[in-house]
Amino acid sequence: MTEVLVLIDAPDGKVTKPSLELLTIARRIGEPSAVVFGTADNDTLKEYGAEKIYTYDDAAYDEFLVGPKAEALAQLVADKSPAAVLVGASTEGKEISARVALKTESGWISDAVDVQADGGSITTTQSVFAGNFTVKANVTKGAPVITVKPNSTAPEAAPAAGAVEAVTADISDAAKTAKITSSKPKEASGRPELTEAAIVVSGGRGTGGDFSEVEAFADSLGAAVGASRAAVDSGWYPHSFQVGQTGKTVSPQLYVANGISGAIQHRAGMQTSKTIIAVNKDDEAPIFELVDFGVVGDLKAVLPAATEEIKKRKG
Amino acid sequence: MTKIVVAVKYVPDATADRNFSADNTVDRVGVDGLLSELDEYAVEQALQVVEAGEGEVTVLTVGPEQASDAVRKALQMGADAGVHVQDDAIHGSDAFATSLVLAEAIKKLDYDLVFFGMASTDGGLGVVPTLVAERLGLPAVTYASEVSVDGDTVKIRRDGDVATQEIEASGKVVVSVTDQSGEARYPSFKGIMAAKKKDVQEWTLADLGLDAGSVGLDNAWTKVESFEPRPPRTAGEIVTDEGDGGAKLVEFLASKKFV
Repeated sequence: MTEVLVLIDAPDGKVTKPSLELLTIARRIGEPSAVVFGTADNDTLKEYGAEKIYTYDDAAYDEFLVGPKAEALAQLVADKSPAAVLVGASTEGKEISARVALKTESGWISDAVDVQADGGSITTTQSVFAGNFTVKANVTKGAPVITVKPNSTAPEAAPAAGAVEAVTADISDAAKTAKITSSKPKEASGRPELTEAAIVVSGGRGTGGDFSEVEAFADSLGAAVGASRAAVDSGWYPHSFQVGQTGKTVSPQLYVANGISGAIQHRAGMQTSKTIIAVNKDDEAPIFELVDFGVVGDLKAVLPAATEEIKKRKG
Repeated sequence: MTKIVVAVKYVPDATADRNFSADNTVDRVGVDGLLSELDEYAVEQALQVVEAGEGEVTVLTVGPEQASDAVRKALQMGADAGVHVQDDAIHGSDAFATSLVLAEAIKKLDYDLVFFGMASTDGGLGVVPTLVAERLGLPAVTYASEVSVDGDTVKIRRDGDVATQEIEASGKVVVSVTDQSGEARYPSFKGIMAAKKKDVQEWTLADLGLDAGSVGLDNAWTKVESFEPRPPRTAGEIVTDEGDGGAKLVEFLASKKFV
């Protein structure tokens, strides 16, 4: 079995759900090797199938943007000749992996929603043009470097050896030029991260600026909260929660759009969600063309009633 | 005197019917296109840097004949000059080949800074800025929601998901800006008239010393095997709230095991 390198994201040592999804996908191709900059919870990596865990410890990885990580990972790829390199489709993951692909002259495929291995060949599935087309592609040169979107598979435990190996890389001065001079962590909302959440509840113009019903409903489902561009542009909700073409793309199991008309710019960010629900006063809102279930009504009445009902059922 | 190159992309209009061509590439000819909205923010930030001191803004694009519309729009906003790299061999180029063409074109220009939008509105990968920086061996400060230039140092603020960071780099720097960096201006009547007299250079691969074998569809390191339209979503159940909308919503959630 050949090795598959998986770049692990583990803020404060906690391995993210998308990283566990990558380990699960890696097993379809070969033996997963986790690549960790800093520290991660090695027991979790082991439990989810990491045969090896390569760890890198150098202040440069935190002090600069992607340059040092890309150099280190490219050196590892050259050294191990893996069957593939899997990276999460975050902005950092894309920048690191694209540079690794360029340095190692390997084909790069981004935002895969599925990765299939058939014998020696690896085929990816991507969703493009606001989810209107499905594209199948493969790499014709080098080790495929693939970024995979969150929620592309369900993480499955498969205990493995998890042998830890400390690695050092030669980092050039040229890689240490974009310096992070300060970093202020955002206040945790207590809700799941928007792009990783299994359920996303969003609000738009129809909230009138008050997201309390949307947030209460989201919390009853353990969901992340999102917002339409109209709501963000009105200053009702922070930009980091914007779903759509100029914001985040989400692909959760369930997406609930509240008071959102469903313009193409919004649809681009949520159309690949598995199940879609909308609540909107306007029965002609285009969002209703997408839904599995829709309620024509005022979210200010419908959501509190639904929240109450969920609480009752949960006892 | 700050000389800024702003790289922009001509993209199919998202509200039009976007499609693929017979060779599995994005159809950039058969649909209406325009300057990628996210690149307008890069043009805006470059203009603001130059207006705060002294300098000039050159807008650079790689694309088919119609891509000159994207250059024209940036000139109307206030950019000083344009460069349009156009060559049939470029057709079908991916982010990697595009970054090569851009990097070679930038090398031919006299510049201090290179500005990009955070991503295109069609491919949306967001890696061309980082790849161009990699090829030019320059620092890349990407996803800026605020940009300031002080002497030869560029400082940006990045509003990430988990943290807000201040990042800086010196010398020649590649910068990408988000749509949070500030609203892009509309071309004024004066700007539209002035743009007609501005110089747009047309370059080919030969002008950049590149041969056709380094770009284009046939030389990509990846291959699209197939594409198919997503099956239309089958119409779902729509109910009108008569006081029971919330309860019906939860019933649906329960039937799908979300509750």
